[in-house]
Amino acid sequence: MKTQEIFDQFVQLIKKYVKDVQKLETATMETKIIDDLKVNSARLVDIIINSEDAFDIEIDDDDADQIRTIGDVVNVIEHKLRVTAS
Amino acid sequence: MKNRVVITGMGVVSPNAVGLDNFEKALRCGKSGIRFISELEDLKFSCRIGGVPKNFDGIAKDYFGAEEQSGLSDNIAYASVAAIDAWQDAGLVQAADNGHPDWDSGTIFGCGICGMETIAAKVVPTVNAGKVRRLGSRIVEQVMGSGVSAHIAGIIGLGNQVTSNSSACSTGTEAIIDAALRIRAGLAKRMIAGGSEGASPYTWGGFDSMRVLSRKFNDQPDKGSRPMSASACGFVPGAGAGALVLEDIETALARNSRIYAEIIGVMVNCGGQRDGGSMTAPNPGGVVRCIRGAINDAGITGDEIDAINGHLTATFADPGEVKNWSAALERGPESFPYINSTKSMTGHCLGAAGAIETVAAVLELFRGFVHPSINCEDIHPEIKPFADRVVRTCLDYPEMKTMAKASFGFGDVNSCLILRKYEQ
Repeated sequence: MKTQEIFDQFVQLIKKYVKDVQKLETATMETKIIDDLKVNSARLVDIIINSEDAFDIEIDDDDADQIRTIGDVVNVIEHKLRVTAS
Repeated sequence: MKNRVVITGMGVVSPNAVGLDNFEKALRCGKSGIRFISELEDLKFSCRIGGVPKNFDGIAKDYFGAEEQSGLSDNIAYASVAAIDAWQDAGLVQAADNGHPDWDSGTIFGCGICGMETIAAKVVPTVNAGKVRRLGSRIVEQVMGSGVSAHIAGIIGLGNQVTSNSSACSTGTEAIIDAALRIRAGLAKRMIAGGSEGASPYTWGGFDSMRVLSRKFNDQPDKGSRPMSASACGFVPGAGAGALVLEDIETALARNSRIYAEIIGVMVNCGGQRDGGSMTAPNPGGVVRCIRGAINDAGITGDEIDAINGHLTATFADPGEVKNWSAALERGPESFPYINSTKSMTGHCLGAAGAIETVAAVLELFRGFVHPSINCEDIHPEIKPFADRVVRTCLDYPEMKTMAKASFGFGDVNSCLILRKYEQ
């Protein structure tokens, strides 16, 4: 799966947690999930669970703790998919 | 000098109607909200009927976004809808998301067996399966004792006291009393008071096992809730929420709001599980003291009570309750006030009961009618002397001025409100 595909799928996935959906239209890998998109910080837990389900992977707690930007999540997902594939 | 407390807004999610107008129509025509619940049959309950608000998911879509609704238990969703409706009915607006809270307004909003459906359906199976991390972020807010009041405060932007009470089947009435006392004391100008309860076999199972639920009318659900009837055989479990905006009269008058009624007397107490009282049965002396306490607080006499909205659940306790009212008011069958039971139509909504029934009582007082108590055509032998005062067809009563509402709960707890029609 290409990075852009993961990015697009993840943006769709977090849409329901984002108060100002318009901000998602200009989102990049550097967009901060809590600070820029104003997602309730407690919802990060649900976003990770949803990502695990959507990509059929497991994101461990230490990786989850490092997540700040969309790029952080996309990179974790990409890494997990690569490990799974190999 | 205590501040006077008036009711300026109401909202209701009841088994027989959602919304004030629908509720009033349902009350007037004696519409039952009780229906057969196949899940209870599948689970081998003795009682297979219940009072559950109809088409609620569709209604809730108008109040919550999809993501927000997905994280709400029925209990919290019922309470939130009732509270939003009450706030709007009072002509008030919610604080903007990016604005400041309303420091003068708060809520006391309780439930009886809070969060049980979430605990039973999500928490226990998920944790037992070793998948605790999959519970997500929205479980605690649903199962915490103050989940209901916390959600209401967040939606409306309340900045005064925000808490949830719990006193079994007395919860809803107690919440109204506690909120009224806060306004009286000058600690808040406005409070949303109420109670709610979710619909769940896990909530109702313990009652079924105690054999206190109606089990002889599974094939006639609308006949199943029979307060004051000779053939009453237990209560029908129900769910829903009632909410009332209580307000300092000065504030209400200053903003020229409609006033439904004034709360002139309040009392809560406990029979101490002594003198015939127990965890599950009321001490008659405690009940009488509670009713008299509310009347004394109102500064009136028992003669001034025009009608009673009773607790009256359709268990063996109904005749005792009528006798207690009679003793407390010092009025025998010949001079007894009118009496009815909203539960005859809604079932027993547990923590929501007192709030839903107070909404009914206030509507009756404001509009000048007494709703029928259905399914008591065969009046209980011990209540027979009072039969003429049991309202069985809707009664126009525009001159009615004062109503009493009481609730009683497990733990031998009692609560009583005296409501008076507001006249300038």
